[in-house]
Amino acid sequence: MTSKILASNLRHHLTRSARILSRRQSLSTATAAAADSPQPYEDAAGITMKGVKISGRPLYLDVQATSPVDPRVLDAMLPFFVSRYGNPHSRTHFYGWESDEAVERARSQVAVLIGASPKEIVFTSGATESNNISIKGVMHFYKDKKKHVITTQTEHKCVLDSCRHLQQEGFDVTYLPVESDGLVDLEKLKAAIRPDTGLVSVMAVNNEIGVVQPLEEIGKICKEFNVPFHTDAAQALGKIPIDVEKWNVSLMSLSGHKIYGPKGVGALYLRRRPRIRVEPQMNGGGQERGIRSGTVPTPLAVGMGAACELAMKEMDYDERRISKLQERLLNGIRDKIDGVVVNGSMERRYAGNLNLSFAYVEGESLLMGLKEVAVSSGSACTSASLEPSYVLRALGVDEDMAHTSIRFGIGRFTTENEIDRAVELTVKQVEKLREMSPLYEMVKEGINIKEIQWAQH
Amino acid sequence: MLKLAAKRLTAGTASFQAASPASSFVAVGRRFYHERVVDHYNNPRNVGSFEKDEAGIGTGLVGAPACGDVMKLQIKVDDETGKIVDARFKTFGCGSAIASSSVATEWVKGKQMEEVLSIKNSEIAKHLSLPPVKLHCSMLAEDAIKAAVKDYETKRASANGNGKVST
Repeated sequence: MTSKILASNLRHHLTRSARILSRRQSLSTATAAAADSPQPYEDAAGITMKGVKISGRPLYLDVQATSPVDPRVLDAMLPFFVSRYGNPHSRTHFYGWESDEAVERARSQVAVLIGASPKEIVFTSGATESNNISIKGVMHFYKDKKKHVITTQTEHKCVLDSCRHLQQEGFDVTYLPVESDGLVDLEKLKAAIRPDTGLVSVMAVNNEIGVVQPLEEIGKICKEFNVPFHTDAAQALGKIPIDVEKWNVSLMSLSGHKIYGPKGVGALYLRRRPRIRVEPQMNGGGQERGIRSGTVPTPLAVGMGAACELAMKEMDYDERRISKLQERLLNGIRDKIDGVVVNGSMERRYAGNLNLSFAYVEGESLLMGLKEVAVSSGSACTSASLEPSYVLRALGVDEDMAHTSIRFGIGRFTTENEIDRAVELTVKQVEKLREMSPLYEMVKEGINIKEIQWAQH
Repeated sequence: MLKLAAKRLTAGTASFQAASPASSFVAVGRRFYHERVVDHYNNPRNVGSFEKDEAGIGTGLVGAPACGDVMKLQIKVDDETGKIVDARFKTFGCGSAIASSSVATEWVKGKQMEEVLSIKNSEIAKHLSLPPVKLHCSMLAEDAIKAAVKDYETKRASANGNGKVST
């Protein structure tokens, strides 16, 4: 009898551990311990995740990482999963035709938002793929005559990595520095252009610091020198007005999941007059005009189209609302604590991205305390390497300040209550950490930290 | 009652089971705060400062803001017995750094100065289940202890020297 109870208990414990093992998933984001993960242990008093107990799901202030799908977008997508599930490239039957019609409708919705023609839009799996096609595809196509690429130091990792790949193949790449406010110096850009420059790539809105580059001026320069201009507009789509004619862009990368659309879809804008040609990175049946082979995922494309249409209608209202919330957040924090620095230009910035540095407080420890708010940091400890964010470093932020930055993202669904609560929690944590900080103590005593010789190891 | 005994027995194996997934995930380098680290962060022990120039105080300041880690560890030593009676710390660093220094202050209390020099960073790391990427935090804590002891010795030597001169 004893042995039976023993055996059943043992079995129960072993299977429970096995189940726990299979549930653990890797997290690569830098959000606090209360980040999203499948099947947290829920009990009556709240959620326990990774040894941390919080009262409910955290406030989401990381919209630059991804955004929730707008329910209206979801409504538009659902029929294409279960009833209108045809492959848009099936030419022989009704399912294919209706699917194709939906994809073309989505294509024109995306095109209208950026001022382009639907024939110039190619659906991809996301902005990363679009960036890859733009950079590697263009340079490989024109490799006989053009050997040089210009980009900036604050680009997204996929752009920088594609450029590094090109460097290994023998191309030259110039990484333009940025000013301390994050903007590109136009004179330096002009000086960098060579006769064999094949592409200039400057992102529209930076994902870490939110600055908006002077794209119209850059477009003018590129037109003057007749160099194709590519921009990564993943963070800009649906947030600032985009006009491909005004900006004179030849290529533009777009992302679905940053504008309240589904993850796994994006688009690439390719100018037709004058035509920019690319070497395809995905070979296959020649879909999407031969640029990107593979079945276009109808529900995802429809979702992206619906998201773009909504963004078109609500861009103004969202912008005004988000600006007000940003002011509320910044003033709320500045009223209560000092030593708060905004990273990046305040004037030329997208309101929904606020990157703050709190002096004398380290970013990861602050995130650990902000368990109930989902935000991101540019601190070394939160990246896999011990390097602080390269974007902040390119701004010339002092290394000790780079370790202290937090990025707050405000979106369409962020409420005033969430902002107030985030302010309250942030201020509380910063004050607590400053109590624990030797640097703050030294500053209060009047010692200049920059003069100290640190005992490195 | 039998069931209770059975549960206790299996609880032993269950905690062993629970420990190994944690360590195997730690080895893979996934982001995971051990509950001890979270505990030290939420309830830090011995945060604060002593007066630097007070007699019997040794201050160790190690690290660099550029690396993202600065630790200040202070020990209060009883001059006669050479025993550390109290310790305080202040840290600018991530959760693991804060926890490492908090653990360091707990472990030095009540020990002799020579004893604490033998505290190894690997022991601190093991106690907190630090992942490989965070081992430098425990390293810094060990350095802080050594620096505090050295500072105390230096101060005492110069104080004795001065004392001799003044009398």
